[in-house]
Amino acid sequence: MSLVFDLVLCLMILGTAAASLLMRSALGGIVFFIAFGNLLGIAWLSLGAVNVALAEIAIGAGVTGILLILAHARLSAMGDPVECEPTSPWMRAAVAVICGGLIVLLSVAVLSISPTDRMGAQIATLMPALGIENPVTGVLLAFRAYDTLLETFVLLGALVAVWAIAPPRGWPQRPASLAIATPVSLTVIGTFSRVLLPASLVMAAYLVWTGSDLPGGAFQGGTVLAGGILVAALGGAIALPRADDMRLRSVLVLGPAMFLGIGLGGIALGRFLSYPVGLEKALIVAIEYALALSIGATLALLVAGKPVPPAAVQEGGD
Amino acid sequence: MEALATGHLFALTGAVLVGLGLFGFITLRHALRQLLAVNVSGAGVFLMLGGLGRGAATTDPFPQALVITGIVVAVALTAFGAALTLRQAEEDHAAKEDDERGGKT
Amino acid sequence: MTGLEYAIAGLLFMGVFFYAAGSLGLLRFPDSASRLHALTKADNVGLGLVALAVALHWGSVAVAAKIAIVWLFAIFTAGATAQVLGQSSKDETDPRP
Repeated sequence: MSLVFDLVLCLMILGTAAASLLMRSALGGIVFFIAFGNLLGIAWLSLGAVNVALAEIAIGAGVTGILLILAHARLSAMGDPVECEPTSPWMRAAVAVICGGLIVLLSVAVLSISPTDRMGAQIATLMPALGIENPVTGVLLAFRAYDTLLETFVLLGALVAVWAIAPPRGWPQRPASLAIATPVSLTVIGTFSRVLLPASLVMAAYLVWTGSDLPGGAFQGGTVLAGGILVAALGGAIALPRADDMRLRSVLVLGPAMFLGIGLGGIALGRFLSYPVGLEKALIVAIEYALALSIGATLALLVAGKPVPPAAVQEGGD
Repeated sequence: MEALATGHLFALTGAVLVGLGLFGFITLRHALRQLLAVNVSGAGVFLMLGGLGRGAATTDPFPQALVITGIVVAVALTAFGAALTLRQAEEDHAAKEDDERGGKT
Repeated sequence: MTGLEYAIAGLLFMGVFFYAAGSLGLLRFPDSASRLHALTKADNVGLGLVALAVALHWGSVAVAAKIAIVWLFAIFTAGATAQVLGQSSKDETDPRP
C-alpha cells in the first residue's frame, strides 16, 4: 500500500495509543486500546503479514479488550472507581524526558538496521519438505516448534496461575457467571449467542484448515472459538464448567500434550520435535486442531477469571 | 526503496509506542491501567520486529511467527495480571467491610 | 478509469459518507438511544456499500460470497449489540427491574 496511507495509519495508531494512556476515564482508555489494536491489525495487513493481523485483531484487540473491560466492571462493582492518583507535574516531566530519550535511542537503533526479509528465502527453500505452504505455520510448527510448544504451556500455566489465586471457598467451583441475558430481557443476545457458537466452531475449523496453506492457524482459530464460547456465556446459552470437570481438563491439556507427545516421538527418529518423513503435514494439522481446541478453552476461561464461591455466581456477572 | 521506507516507518512507530507505553506504565497509578500500558509497549516491540522484517515484497515469516507467539504470551500475562488485581481488590473490599462492621458493634 | 472503477469509487465514497454521518451522530447526539439510532442505521448502510465495492473490485463469486458472509455476521452482531446497549441504557435511566 502507498506510503501516504501508511503514514496516516501510523499517526492514527500513535493517536489512539496516546488516548488510551492519557485519558482520565479508565473505561474510555480501554475502548481506545481496542481501536488501537484494530488499527494495528491494519498495519500488519499493510506489512503483508495477514497471519499476524488476524492474531492481533482477535487476541490483541478482542480478547485483551474484553478481559480489561470485564476486570474494570468487576472492580467498579467492588467500589473501586479505577482512578489514578495524579502524579506531580515534575515527575511527569522527568518521566517524559526519560521516555523521550528511550524513543530517540530506539529510533537510532531502528534506523541503523535496514529492513530485510532474508530469512524468508531460506524458509521458502525448506517449505516443500513440510507439504504445507504457509511459511508462518511452518516456522511455528516445524522450524521453531520449540518456541510454540513452550508458548502453549505458558498459556496453560497462566490459567493454572489464575486458578491458583482463587479463594479457598471458591475452589473448584465455576468462574463468576458472565451472563447478561435473562429469560425476560435480552432474548436477542441469547438467541444470537446460540446461533454464533456453532458458527464460530465452523469458522475456527476453517481457519485452522486453511492455515496450512493460506493465512490462518491454530492461534487464530482457537481465538475465534474462544470468542464463540464467550459470547455464548454472555448470552446465557452455556454455563462455564467447574474447574475440576475432567472433560474440561482433558480439553485444556489435549493440545500441549499432543504436541509434546509427537515431539517426544521425534526423539525415536533422531531429534526432539522432528516429524517423520511423509507424515509432516498430517501431524502438523493434527497438532493444530488439538491446539486450537485447547487454546479456545484456555482463552475463554482466562477471560472468565478464577473460580468463585457459588453464592457469588449470581451477582458476580456484572 | 519504498519497501525500506515502509519497514522503517512501522518500526519507528513501534519505537514511539514502546516509549509511550513506558510513560504510561510509570505515571498511571492503577494496576489495570498499567497492564494496558504494558500491552501498548509490547505492541510497539512487535511492530519494530515486523517493520524490520519488511523486505522488497513480503514480510519475513520468521519475525511474524515470533510476533504471534508474543501476542499470545502478552494475553496470558494480561489475564494473570487482571486476576491478581481483582484478587487484591477483593481482599481490600473484604477488609473494609470488616472494619465497618467492627465500627458499628 | 473504466466504468466499473468509477462505480467502485462511487460506492466507497457513499459508504464512507454514511460512516462519517453515523460517527458524527455518535459524537453529537445527547443520549444513548439517539446515538444508537445514528449508528445502527447509518453504519449498516455504510458497511453494505463498502462491502459491495470490495466485492465488485475483486470480481470473483467466491470472494463475493465470503464478503456476503462477513457482511451478514457484522449486521447480526450490530443488531445484537445494539439491543444489549439499548437495554442497559434503559436500565440506567429507568431502574425498574
